[in-house]
Amino acid sequence: MLIQIIQTAVVSLKSNKIRAFLTMLGVIIGVYSVVTLVALGRGVQNYIQDQFDAIGSNLLFVSPGKSDFAGDPASSLTRNRLAEKHINMIKRLNSPSISGVTPYIVTGDNVTYKTKSYYSTVVGVSDNALDIFNYALQEGRNFTSVEQNNSAKVAIIGPLVKKELFLSNSPIDKKIKLGEESYTVIGVFEEKGSNYDDQVIIPSSSAKDTFDIKNYSNIVIKTTSPDEVDLVAKEVQIELLKDLDEDEFSILNSQDILNSIQNILAILTAGLGAIAGISLFVGGIGIMNIMLVSVTERTREIGLRKALGATSVNVAIQFMLEAVTLSVFGGLIGLFLGYLTSLAVQSFVRAEITPIAIILAFLFSVVVGVIFGTYPAVQASKKDPIEALRYE
Amino acid sequence: MRKKVLVAKDLVKLYKVGTSEIRAVNGVSLEIDEGEFIAIVGKSGSGKSTLMHMIGLLDTPTSGQIILNGSDVSFLKDNELAKIRNREIGFVFQSFNLLPRTSSIDNVMLPLKYSNIDKSTWRQKAEDMLRLVELSDRKDNKSNELSGGQKQRVAIARALVTDPSIILADEPTGNLDSKTGVEIVELFKKLNKQGKTIIIVTHDDDLAKIAQRQIVIRDGKII
Repeated sequence: MLIQIIQTAVVSLKSNKIRAFLTMLGVIIGVYSVVTLVALGRGVQNYIQDQFDAIGSNLLFVSPGKSDFAGDPASSLTRNRLAEKHINMIKRLNSPSISGVTPYIVTGDNVTYKTKSYYSTVVGVSDNALDIFNYALQEGRNFTSVEQNNSAKVAIIGPLVKKELFLSNSPIDKKIKLGEESYTVIGVFEEKGSNYDDQVIIPSSSAKDTFDIKNYSNIVIKTTSPDEVDLVAKEVQIELLKDLDEDEFSILNSQDILNSIQNILAILTAGLGAIAGISLFVGGIGIMNIMLVSVTERTREIGLRKALGATSVNVAIQFMLEAVTLSVFGGLIGLFLGYLTSLAVQSFVRAEITPIAIILAFLFSVVVGVIFGTYPAVQASKKDPIEALRYE
Repeated sequence: MRKKVLVAKDLVKLYKVGTSEIRAVNGVSLEIDEGEFIAIVGKSGSGKSTLMHMIGLLDTPTSGQIILNGSDVSFLKDNELAKIRNREIGFVFQSFNLLPRTSSIDNVMLPLKYSNIDKSTWRQKAEDMLRLVELSDRKDNKSNELSGGQKQRVAIARALVTDPSIILADEPTGNLDSKTGVEIVELFKKLNKQGKTIIIVTHDDDLAKIAQRQIVIRDGKII
């Protein structure tokens, strides 16, 4: 019986293809935009997850100021007192759960080799930073603790910097210019992800000299395992409070930072999806409008069906299913276009259409069809067969 | 004695127009036997259409009684009336009322879709009816590809397909030229010979003459 009615619905929609398509367009655009935005949101979340996976989840970041994502970002600039002293305090803890500590200075500058110049992220760290951040070298060597202590002008460059400045030539022992000083390239690290590959890594002591920086952007602590992160955070907190005020520093682990960003992104994605949902609503209104026109146009047909034995419920179901068919077809087309889009952007973002998104898109279009098909269907079912047959 | 298919007792239908009442049908009683060929005749405004709507169970009387095949159907609910119409009454309309862009066979099967008849028999029944009205060769043609006479024959096949007790035809030749009209009249005669009860509603005296019995309506009453 249901198949019968759906067939009837499809036949009647087929008889007016352009109108059916235009009516569906609202739902197509609605479902398409919801699906695509949610997929792109997922893609960005995936991207950030990848970035964090690249540095590992057993890191603690001691940041200056009360940087809990809620406070005034300017406060972290004005109160930065993080210095070598604090590195030493953490080292003196001799905690078995800490496998490494490094200062972290980050700034940006043009790196120049002969006539070529490339704007890169300059990172000042200690000699154990490659281990802490899981960098692997494809060429050359790390700098030594002696070079670190002597503020040696040596640099490890990222694959992107190498490509831009040296093409396929070996950059080892070449002189590059950072700030006003000349640095010797001693190593190149392996590709690590687009956010890292443009870095130039130098000893933190050298970074202080060259860029005239007094304090550290962060102190980064690596724990022996991700489970130790909270424990170490407490130990370090207590120790640093001996020198710093409570609002002069904060300790975040990479998971906290990741969660904060993911939360913001999830809210953003949901918000965008909801805005896109408005077009789905407008599409529904379009369906209702056309169904009402259709009910009026087909008054005779309704009357005939009733005269031949159709009950009000039969008629209501027929018109309801026409609305749902329109909406579901539109939804499926929108979903398919969304899928194509997510494939098209695959090289930029790992956009992802989850099974939940598919089910939701389908359910949404059914619900839109039902909601906006009800009123026209009820109108159709109320027609008196006599009046309907008389209608010219 | 022949079985009575339809008995109407003192049917009255009132319409309210503003504050005044119009008695469209004002006390009509009639009996129709199985196998009869009857014409209900009257000018426009005589009340014959209102009477037809009540006999066809498309409308309920204000007062009075309609007994169809022995059961009282005067004041049933819309859904119950729809089911009885489907089983007991075959309608033929002046303007054919076929579904547009739909094949003859699908048009003929339409009443079956609202019946309890086993789906596997639908096509066979529809084909049988199309053969009866001599349109087997047009069964897959869409309704807009048919001539007026062919359309009306499809409509008659549709009226016959649930094997109803009464065929109720409202001005069945009104939209046809005289030659095609005669063909349709001959078809009704043939069906009547096969035992069908046929009621034709018309204002056309010539058409009415072919019936065995004429019921003339004027001002809502039989004269």
